Amino acid sequence: MFAGPGTVLFLAVVVIPFIYGLYLTMTSWDGVSAVKPFVGFDNFAAAFADGDYWSAMGRTVLYSAVSVILINIVSFALAYMVTQGIKGQNFFRAGFFVPNLIGGIVLGYIWKFVFNRALVAIASAISGGNAPSLLSTPNGAMFCLILVSVWQYAGYMMLIYVAGFMSVSADVKEAAMIDGCNSSQAMMNVTIPLMRSSFVQCIFLSITRCFVVYDVNLSLTNGEPFNSSVMAAMHVYNQAFTYKNYGLGQAEALILFIVCAVVGVTQVMIGKRGEVEA
Amino acid sequence: MWIVLLVLFIAFIFPFILVVINVFKTKGDITSDPLALIGAHGFTLKNFPEAMKKMNFWRVFANSFVITVCSTILTIIVSSMTAYVIVRNSRWRFCTIVFSLMIASMVIPFQVLMVPLVSVYGGLLGVLNHRLTLILMHTGFSVSMAMFMFHGAIKTNIPLELEEAAIIDGCSKWQTYWKIVFPLLTPTIATVAIINAMAYWNDYLLPSLVLTKKELYTIPIATQAFYGTYSTDIGLVMAALLLAMLPILILYVFLQRFIVEGVTAGAVKG
Repeated sequence: MFAGPGTVLFLAVVVIPFIYGLYLTMTSWDGVSAVKPFVGFDNFAAAFADGDYWSAMGRTVLYSAVSVILINIVSFALAYMVTQGIKGQNFFRAGFFVPNLIGGIVLGYIWKFVFNRALVAIASAISGGNAPSLLSTPNGAMFCLILVSVWQYAGYMMLIYVAGFMSVSADVKEAAMIDGCNSSQAMMNVTIPLMRSSFVQCIFLSITRCFVVYDVNLSLTNGEPFNSSVMAAMHVYNQAFTYKNYGLGQAEALILFIVCAVVGVTQVMIGKRGEVEA
Repeated sequence: MWIVLLVLFIAFIFPFILVVINVFKTKGDITSDPLALIGAHGFTLKNFPEAMKKMNFWRVFANSFVITVCSTILTIIVSSMTAYVIVRNSRWRFCTIVFSLMIASMVIPFQVLMVPLVSVYGGLLGVLNHRLTLILMHTGFSVSMAMFMFHGAIKTNIPLELEEAAIIDGCSKWQTYWKIVFPLLTPTIATVAIINAMAYWNDYLLPSLVLTKKELYTIPIATQAFYGTYSTDIGLVMAALLLAMLPILILYVFLQRFIVEGVTAGAVKG
């Protein structure tokens, strides 16, 4: 059948693992032995009691909140600037997107070099001594993670906002100006409300990407210093594959998914309700 | 405003500039002065061949290339066919169920699926460490979003009359699809291809779980492994990072317009 291969692959790779995963949350499997002892909801109780998990989750929420806000502000500003009809704006659009082309691992290592070597050199030259790297403190590491994520996604979100800007027809803006708005009033009351769907989409994409950050986390900080920058996805990975608590890891992954889905879907529903047509 | 943009742009690509400058310096020079354009010991090309050999670059590149190309082609073929069936048979309960299931699954982050995936296909069935397994898995994960895009395109752009005309003229269902419908989907195919190819090329987590043998490493895995081993030899690391970025950067220089358009179109439709 035509739709056969697609449906089969989807079932095999998404549906079956998801259901099997639900089963795994009820076991205390260690990943190796043939026996999977059934433990009911013990893993969920353990997950709720796992302090490290909730610290990682808290960090992830903080990181996501700040990153999402910054990403959207920066990308919106960039999109505004590259839709003003400036010479070479296509070049800038293409240029700001470059960080998103490169995978998270490479980005993380590049910025690790920047933070550990380049910025330290600058700071040492200014202060005359041996300046510490930003990555060596828990707050510094968080700051660095946020910075790299904003850098990575700003270009991508910028493209979405550019499409949004271009979808607002010039006539509407002109009509507003004729009616007496100055340009910032026109922006606040006409352009931005008409771009609501771009905002909803960008915020949804940035929330979902930030919640499950792993690649950049691994290469930039690897949880340093002293496990203070382990984000939720990394914790889930370690729980399952490093500490061999497959059932607990799966339970924690499930909780992460539920939190992320609830936040994302709520945001989309609130956003869509206020959408306006020109 | 042009100056503001230029300054921001330079700030954005500053990390890349740093990598390029430092690739041509010796290890000692990079450590002592990372910001200098030329190291005290002069310009050196030594980092490249050494990094390429230690990273096994051509083999790793070939792995990434084969996996990305095959996964992308398979995703396009499989998702478009699935979307076609769902659009043309929208009254079947089965089709609507599959459609809703796929849409709903788009929210599921990979972390929820990775543990059972590895235990079923690794522990139970033992099919890990094959590139084909990774290709099939990549496709399986991407079917939902790709199918959704094709579904939208088919519904809005391909009138039923066109297909009916083809059938009257004697085409079989198969021919109707490949000769009439598929060519008309070209813009969506381009968008799906670009978005998915970029994701497959840069993917780290799934390939690292599936391909654990060194000869099968893709570029992201090889980069991470390389850094783990050689992190003190910063010159080699710079070269390795540059090598990892070079393929897609070169592609971007030539295909930049298509890539930007593809990503924008994908985001707007999705």
